[in-house]
Amino acid sequence: MFPEASSLRRIRAIFFRYLILHRRSLVRLFEVFFWPVMDLLIWGFVALYIQKAANGPIIQFIVFLVGAMISWDIHYRSQQALTLSLMEEVWTRNVTNILLSPLRLWEWITAVFLYGLIKVTVVTCVLSCIAYFLYAFEIIRIGWIFLPLAALLLFFGWAIGLFTGGLLLRFGYAAEALIWGIPFLIQPFSCVFYPVDVLPAWAQAVSRCLPTTYIFEGLRASLRGQSLSLSMWPAIFGLTLFYFLLGILFFVWIFRRARMQGRLGRLAQD
Amino acid sequence: MVRELVHRYAGSERPAVDHLSFRVRSGEVVGMLGPNGAGKTTTLHAVLGLLQPTSGAVEVLGFCPIRHRLKVLPRLSFASADVDLPSNLSVTECLNVFIGLYGVRDAGRFLEKLMEQFGLVKLRRQLVGTLSAGEQMRLKLVKALLNSPELLILDEPTRSLDPYMASKVRELLQEIRRERQMTVLYTSHNMQEVESFCDRILFLHQGKLLVEGTTREVLTRLQSRSLEELFIRVATSGELFHVS
Repeated sequence: MFPEASSLRRIRAIFFRYLILHRRSLVRLFEVFFWPVMDLLIWGFVALYIQKAANGPIIQFIVFLVGAMISWDIHYRSQQALTLSLMEEVWTRNVTNILLSPLRLWEWITAVFLYGLIKVTVVTCVLSCIAYFLYAFEIIRIGWIFLPLAALLLFFGWAIGLFTGGLLLRFGYAAEALIWGIPFLIQPFSCVFYPVDVLPAWAQAVSRCLPTTYIFEGLRASLRGQSLSLSMWPAIFGLTLFYFLLGILFFVWIFRRARMQGRLGRLAQD
Repeated sequence: MVRELVHRYAGSERPAVDHLSFRVRSGEVVGMLGPNGAGKTTTLHAVLGLLQPTSGAVEVLGFCPIRHRLKVLPRLSFASADVDLPSNLSVTECLNVFIGLYGVRDAGRFLEKLMEQFGLVKLRRQLVGTLSAGEQMRLKLVKALLNSPELLILDEPTRSLDPYMASKVRELLQEIRRERQMTVLYTSHNMQEVESFCDRILFLHQGKLLVEGTTREVLTRLQSRSLEELFIRVATSGELFHVS
């Protein structure tokens, strides 16, 4: 069923509440681009250097690395957009006002998803342009497959964002370190920059439980001019959907528990 | 209406609210008093649906504030010294967000009137974080009145204000109360304020309702000369009075 008009009004209100912050603050705008651009510059030039030193056999190295970096950023930024929006309300001690408005939980999450989508799209475009001019990397080389894979990275980022958001509701400010750290816990097992067989057997078992492993395998295959094995798609979709639903359930469960324990009204004071 | 409300926080020895029952009638201004730890904030959170009580029932405007959240929240509003508005938005942007959240239609003229009433017109472009404590409180009240609530819950609205600003805020609240005949549930540590503003008082102590009634009734029953004296007696001796 299509959401009612009042829902759309509320989603729009909260969406603009986050978006408007970037219009006002140059620092925030700077922060959106600073880290991804810095990563791209550092690792891009390192890759160029290795490629020159190797003189040939790993000619594709920069393509894989830059492609992986841009794609990883989609996952990371979408997770951050969700969690930081929630953090924003806690930091500004506005969270009670939001909880006491007629905004439904799903409307809030939808607005934050949209905000994340805009942020990720803009950052990906900027990174792709920089990668093109500095390293002659063309994102379109990945092919049409980039779009569904990027969408899945976005969804998995939201799933992790819901999980870290739940931790924020449970532990308050104390969860801040986890919020920043959890994506980096996933990264080595996601085989972002290397194939899965590089990992030891136990780590391979972990990595096969993450959709990102298959997504990055798919991206590398596409950059090599191969197509992604059809048998991988159910794993990619299935795992992403599984984590996304798990993220929603976890967030809603924590939210209800926080209400039960009387933590909702004290979130900004912990 | 609050009936036999009990709430025990995890790890706490005694309940924050202990079998508390009271009723607030439509159009009434009720002050909730009590020393720190009396259970005022917990009670307010239960009334607002921010907290699921351990036992007992809360009914706000005829509905359970948790199960029928969307039937209750558009009709009530809340302002507190402890809850801020987004400091990084301008006054207008901030109010527009809440206009959107409450779905207030044709808010323009109404908002203009409220801003004028609360002396915020000149501050409309200013960032919320740069406003003084008094200006911020006035903004919180404007936000709280945006949806024309039937029930207004105010948690120590004058706490961080200097005497001049506190009296201005009190005047504005009186004016609004006269104008709109809304029901108000009010907590404050300022006894004079409670005396002048509230029709009835609920005096809480250690999570229990010690006494309720008009100021005169409360003072007569507890044999005190003033609310301030009564407050100090309860807070210092920790004495639980037996009210007949």
